[in-house]
Amino acid sequence: MKTAVIVFPGSNCDRDAQDALAKVTGKAPAMVWHKDGTIPSDTDLVMVPGGFSYGDYLRCGAIAGNSPIIEQLTAHARRGGYVLGVCNGFQILCETRLLPGALMRNASLHFVCKPQRLSVESANTAFTSAYAGRDTVTFPIAHHDGNFFADDETLDRLEGEGRVTFRYVQGENPNGAARDIAGILSENGRVLGMMPHPERAVGGNEGGLDGLGVFESLVSAA
Amino acid sequence: MPDTSAILARLTTTQTAKEGVEHGIKADEWERLVTRLGREPNLVELGIYSVMWSEHCSYKSSRRHLSKFPTKNARVIQGPGENAGVIDIGDGQAAIFKMESHNHPSYIEPYQGAATGVGGILRDVFTMGARPIALVNALRFGDPSHPKTRSLVAGVVAGIGGYGNCVGVPTVAGETQFDAGYNGNILVNAMAVGLADQDKIFYARGATPGNPIFYVGSKTGRDGIHGATMASAEFSEGDEEKRPTVQVGDPFTEKLLIEACLELMATDAIQAIQDMGAAGLTSSSVEMAASGGANGEGIGVVMDLDKVPQREEGMTAYEIMLSESQERMLMVLYPDKIDMAKAIFDKYDLSAEVIGETTDTGHLVLTQFGQVVCDIPVAPLAEDAPNYDRPWIEPPKRAVLDISRFPEPGDYGDVVLKLMSCPDMASKRWIWEQYDRHVMNDTLDSSQSMGNAAIVRIHGTNKALAICSDCNPHYVAADPYEGGKQAVAEAYRNLSSVGATPIAITDNLNFGNPEKPATMGYIVKAIEGMAEACRVLDFPVVSGNVSLYNETDGVAIPPTPVVGGIGLIEDVSKIATLKGAEKDDVLIFVGDTTGQFGASLFAREWLGLKGEDLGSPPPIDLEIEKKHATFVRQLIHDGLVHAVHDVSDGGIACAAAELALASGMGMTVSIEDIGRDKATAMNLFCEASARYLMAVPQSSQAEIVRRGNELSINAGWCGSVQGDYLVFIEEPVKARKVAELPLSRLREAHEGWLPNYMNEVD
Repeated sequence: MKTAVIVFPGSNCDRDAQDALAKVTGKAPAMVWHKDGTIPSDTDLVMVPGGFSYGDYLRCGAIAGNSPIIEQLTAHARRGGYVLGVCNGFQILCETRLLPGALMRNASLHFVCKPQRLSVESANTAFTSAYAGRDTVTFPIAHHDGNFFADDETLDRLEGEGRVTFRYVQGENPNGAARDIAGILSENGRVLGMMPHPERAVGGNEGGLDGLGVFESLVSAA
Repeated sequence: MPDTSAILARLTTTQTAKEGVEHGIKADEWERLVTRLGREPNLVELGIYSVMWSEHCSYKSSRRHLSKFPTKNARVIQGPGENAGVIDIGDGQAAIFKMESHNHPSYIEPYQGAATGVGGILRDVFTMGARPIALVNALRFGDPSHPKTRSLVAGVVAGIGGYGNCVGVPTVAGETQFDAGYNGNILVNAMAVGLADQDKIFYARGATPGNPIFYVGSKTGRDGIHGATMASAEFSEGDEEKRPTVQVGDPFTEKLLIEACLELMATDAIQAIQDMGAAGLTSSSVEMAASGGANGEGIGVVMDLDKVPQREEGMTAYEIMLSESQERMLMVLYPDKIDMAKAIFDKYDLSAEVIGETTDTGHLVLTQFGQVVCDIPVAPLAEDAPNYDRPWIEPPKRAVLDISRFPEPGDYGDVVLKLMSCPDMASKRWIWEQYDRHVMNDTLDSSQSMGNAAIVRIHGTNKALAICSDCNPHYVAADPYEGGKQAVAEAYRNLSSVGATPIAITDNLNFGNPEKPATMGYIVKAIEGMAEACRVLDFPVVSGNVSLYNETDGVAIPPTPVVGGIGLIEDVSKIATLKGAEKDDVLIFVGDTTGQFGASLFAREWLGLKGEDLGSPPPIDLEIEKKHATFVRQLIHDGLVHAVHDVSDGGIACAAAELALASGMGMTVSIEDIGRDKATAMNLFCEASARYLMAVPQSSQAEIVRRGNELSINAGWCGSVQGDYLVFIEEPVKARKVAELPLSRLREAHEGWLPNYMNEVD
């Protein structure tokens, strides 16, 4: 699987994404600078990493959503390429409308960083097949604006079409997200945005190992 | 366009002793200044002298005492005197670290004060070529019931998180304490740790004449003018009015600055570099000039201030030189590298301008609007700054606290609950959950597991650094010499408890007004105690910061010399953490419980004693500290233990409680195997030092006891890991339970205090 990571000014999980992808795919991803970079044409997966693109100024992901690289990103998605947006990456994908909804400030108004239990809503996607037979996984979260919001019609549709991949375990919603939603898919099932960090849970640190499944699923899908 | 001739006339007006006083220059210092300069200074020059000779920049009250610290050993590459300390960690790599205070700004404007404290300490580290890999903070607030405390906690924590989270450096450890002594003067000490290749370390020194001076980062505004001077004066009511002297941080720009500087540092473009911290462009240019030259003989600098990128119109030379706008760096480049450097900063949309050049005159020459507004020799500003031998008096000795005067507690479980939920001991989850502890993916252990020290992997290797921050101000207040020793010894124990070899410290000395002989006595004795511990433990001081004048309306803070410790772990598979205890493990106690109750948590929180009545702190035998720590480290290294906790605040009772909470496992502790004082409370809550509590697999017990016997170290069985209760038993034969606490109740008490406090509405 060939991968690429977009780097915006203020991205800070780009190296973590790079390491996780290299570890799972065995090949270093292309690191693509937002201003003048190019996503290689044979890229299977583009990762939009976490961080504080443009300092979260104006609105999380808003300025990055208008960066020069976005045109290449949307073209890649239109072609049916895989896209994984984590944390700030999820916010950016919502800003570009590759995914519906928006991420609002956490209900607590505080930044929150902790191990978070998630329920796997469907193991029948390109991003989650490795979790077949597992009800819950634990990923680290670290965000200030993870409170997913969409109108009821959109939420009903996301649920009806099986596009909710991860929910915060009931009673443990850390940010007030609508219907405990932690991660959603695009209509074609090729674009995933999620607040929890699978790239921080690929072994060797405090984050555990549960995130590996996301990348392993992609490797077998691609 | 303002009338430049009027501005220039004001800037170049000769100043008098009276204006000197307004700038914090005292009468004798004014004499010194005029003598060195050979004339009276103009306004720009006076402004420059006032910040360079401020306590904050010149260390004029502490310099001669700081020289008592051991600062060298085989691992030290750079000790105090540069932006941060540099330590050899093997394999051609170096750890670069420093701690620094931002106390006064954080009290006036907690969010920005704390945020820019983090920003400043990060710059100290990446200025030297290191990628920052960890942040730590040591916080002290006033009494929780004080009307300002809650909002200060909220603001400081948000500021630290707001900056560190955005910059993308994990905040992995810290300490937070509360005491009425900080009501009017909180302490915000931030530490940054970075990683560099030894052949890519950059210094402020070494610039030679004829090279361009390059300004990069944010534009200069009017914020923070005279911050260094503010940090060198006592506070009084109404000082919130000084808010305009607090800088505003922009972590996004800092992140770009880190990436751009590290990218430039990978080339051979930079001859010398200095961040613009306190006193901004003044101190950075003066320090580079003073330490310039091939042999450090000093050079000159000429700068055209019209070329300095400016945020506001109409700024004067005085304001430009004294601004403490954040996220700025000053470099001396090699002339043929300017275009390449500009291209890198352009990539990150950062301002970058050549604003002057180095000269061989030894003078700092500044021009604005085409006219010279400052021309002064550099040397008197730096090396020749005042260096006082402030009068001091020996701090009074306190009597040993006699515990027999007090009744034994009726219920020891109540005591444990009370101690574990008191403000100093209660879980700080509400704080550290607001910090990104995991970014960079190398955090092996953090505040999350209540550990003795955070463990951060050296990226791409099997090695790690252990990082901690320590100080018990109650001990220092009770006896500054022993308390100073204790702060260093505590860091040494904490690092050893995770299996790391302690290698060096940074310090942050927070005290009151050094012009008062009683306060100066505490400064002198604490430094001497720390120095003694550093010497015996081979634990040199490689960087640090002194924060004096921490007083409000004449009352000093408790003496608080904070120690930031760094240890090296050669193999990450050989570590111990608090969370590692397993069911059916054996508890092993290491050390001797020698009845020490003075200045203890028990005396403060349970007996309600204060000040003098707390008595003297536990004495420290440094040779024993070294011996026991080495013993414990070896056990960890040989894979004989699951979990280790050093015994400190609240004695063995609190150590066991923390071990139980971290692992989520019940523990039964036999008191007679800890100590044999006739007072049960003494055995449970005494704070004698050089002690450890460990959870080990049953198969290790015999070997640990054997090794202890061989080395004449008391190391033996003291209980077991089992069930869901924390239980203390006496007379093991009858197994009388003197306390029995469900873990859930203990957790509720421990976790509940801070969120409940923060969520109360004033």
